[in-house]
Amino acid sequence: MARRAAAIAIVLVLLLAAGVIAWTIVPRWYARRNAPAASAAPQAAAPAVAERKIKATLYFVSADGLSLAASEREIPFAEPIVAQARRIVEAQLEPAPPPLTAAIPMGTTLRTLFITDRGDAFVDLSPQVTTNHPGGAINELFTVYTIVNALTVNLPAVTRVQILVNGKEADTLAGHVDLRRPLQQNLKWLAAPAASPTEPRQ
Amino acid sequence: MCTLLAIVGGMTAAQAPTAAPPYTVLTRDGRRPLATRLASGQDMFALDDLAPLFDLTIKEDAAAGGLTITVRNQIIVLSAGQSLASVGGRLISLPSPPVHDGRTWLVPVDFVSRALAPLAGLRVELRKPSRLLLIGDIRAPRVAGRIEPLGSLARLTLEVLPATPHTVSQDGPRLVIRFEADTLDAVLPPTTAPELIQGVRPGDGPATVVVDLGPRFASFRTSDVPGDRGALRIVIDVVSASAEAPAAPQALPPPSVAAPDGPPLIDLAPAGGLRTVVIDAGHGGSEDGAKGAGGTLEKNVTLIVARRLKAALEARLGVRVILTRDGDTTVGLDERAALANNNKADLFVSLHANGSMRAAANGAQIFYLSLEEYGDAAQRAAHAESESLPAFGGGARDIELTPWEMAQARYIDESAALAQAIESSLRERVPMSRRAIQQAPLRVLVGANMPAVLLEMGFLTNPDQEKQLRSDEFQNTLVQALVTGITRFRDARGASRPAAAPAPAGTVR
Repeated sequence: MARRAAAIAIVLVLLLAAGVIAWTIVPRWYARRNAPAASAAPQAAAPAVAERKIKATLYFVSADGLSLAASEREIPFAEPIVAQARRIVEAQLEPAPPPLTAAIPMGTTLRTLFITDRGDAFVDLSPQVTTNHPGGAINELFTVYTIVNALTVNLPAVTRVQILVNGKEADTLAGHVDLRRPLQQNLKWLAAPAASPTEPRQ
Repeated sequence: MCTLLAIVGGMTAAQAPTAAPPYTVLTRDGRRPLATRLASGQDMFALDDLAPLFDLTIKEDAAAGGLTITVRNQIIVLSAGQSLASVGGRLISLPSPPVHDGRTWLVPVDFVSRALAPLAGLRVELRKPSRLLLIGDIRAPRVAGRIEPLGSLARLTLEVLPATPHTVSQDGPRLVIRFEADTLDAVLPPTTAPELIQGVRPGDGPATVVVDLGPRFASFRTSDVPGDRGALRIVIDVVSASAEAPAAPQALPPPSVAAPDGPPLIDLAPAGGLRTVVIDAGHGGSEDGAKGAGGTLEKNVTLIVARRLKAALEARLGVRVILTRDGDTTVGLDERAALANNNKADLFVSLHANGSMRAAANGAQIFYLSLEEYGDAAQRAAHAESESLPAFGGGARDIELTPWEMAQARYIDESAALAQAIESSLRERVPMSRRAIQQAPLRVLVGANMPAVLLEMGFLTNPDQEKQLRSDEFQNTLVQALVTGITRFRDARGASRPAAAPAPAGTVR
């Protein structure tokens, strides 16, 4: 009788142990095993996201040289917003579609870009933006507002833009435009006919 | 952490006031020194020293770390570490907070003019340049002088503001000038003609000036010439013995003819007219600016036109013209505006030649500052309802607080008028750009404490305009157009406010 009771007790203990293993240890082990796979998932999906494009409004010098003209172009979608901002500036640094002309000097590259919580974007450009600048107040205004408008028009979360040169705050690019503080969007440099269809994009 | 360091630094500076040259207090009872100490970069008075002068009752509130000062039943509240003070219920700003120094409190000297003067019930005037504090109805005209050797005579010109009755008499080897005043706030000139005038110094009386005559003195004559804004010029010609020859007197110019020449000795704000214009030749030195296909450099064109414009303005308008550079030198943008500010220029005109990525771009453009980019502070400064503070001797005086680096904000409307005057004059003579008048955040304009514009005379990147900009004829046409535009602006401004000068700048850094 006592031996039978002991056998039942052993079976019960074994069952209990199996239960514990089934209910707690296995799920934990399973979860741990699957965790790397879960975090890897976005990487696997990334190429598919990069295929997505957005339409961005970019700015170039008009034929008469006295105003900016807006031009739409498809650029890669990127997240987070700072990555998207980079793509926009990089697209703005590419050659202009004919018959427009780029307002940013040849050879200028984007070094870094960051966006503060207040919506101020800091765009750090390579020194060519200064050294290759052909001068002239209107030219310099176009160089600056090409970048300021491209970011603020396409990214409503960016409210102001400050241009840095070679990692440092700059007084001006070529002796005219005050770059010591972030600048707001200004569409008055656009030619009058092009100004109306250029609506801020969501 | 930085803030903490700044506070600690500020406390250290505040805890170690050093002696500074004293002020002189002038009252009906006479003059006495008033100790001054330097703390937090400011000249300070001890409240204990001011108490008997203004009959102050001072109560310290140790718990709140502040002070309550009673003046004629009105209350001034000061707080430690606060540069704002409540004066009879109105908030005023001081250049720095009060400093607790041992058993006494130090306050910036401006406390007297900003806090005590409105409540004191008598005339209080703080003259910082001459370190004078005038209390009560004290006549203390400002006097400044100049000595010029003019061949056989030496001319002493004394400018007196406000015009004050006086006598000039000879007392042995001296001339004595006695003013009907309680004292003088005088800056007397060093001599430049010792043979005739050995020196000019304060006399024995409280309001006299003594001229010590030199060995060649033979005679003198004097005349009074009214100056600007209520000033008076006393012209004293000291004639040498050789000039006393019979034929000589006719050859001497009468003082009244030549007296108004020369810049004012006391700085008087312009009454609608122009006195000093600063012309800024854009770029220079290592900064070429825009470049034409034919090799023309912006910095060279701007300098040539600037020099010609200086000559034309001086000859035609009789104004003093200062160039920010008169050679191929590198001059910082801040320095350019500072030169204009330091010379109290009435206008600032920056000359540039434009460049474009497009050869087709042509025509002149005139820029004045836009304020949108400078945030709310600049917008407020431009449309500020200035703080109105009671003035010395009754009435009120408007004080505007504008950050120095945005000095231009207060002149936006006048700069727009200047841009329009120059644009209309240019349009009659030279090609204009499709968008001729523009507002932009231009670095060289923002710090200018006067109406200021930047002219892009034409596009060097346009081959035809490059040729024009190099030619004498076109440059002279530009100069002519600028002189006409500036003259129109001057005349329009003079007509709109014949006597009123711009409100004195209560500008803070």
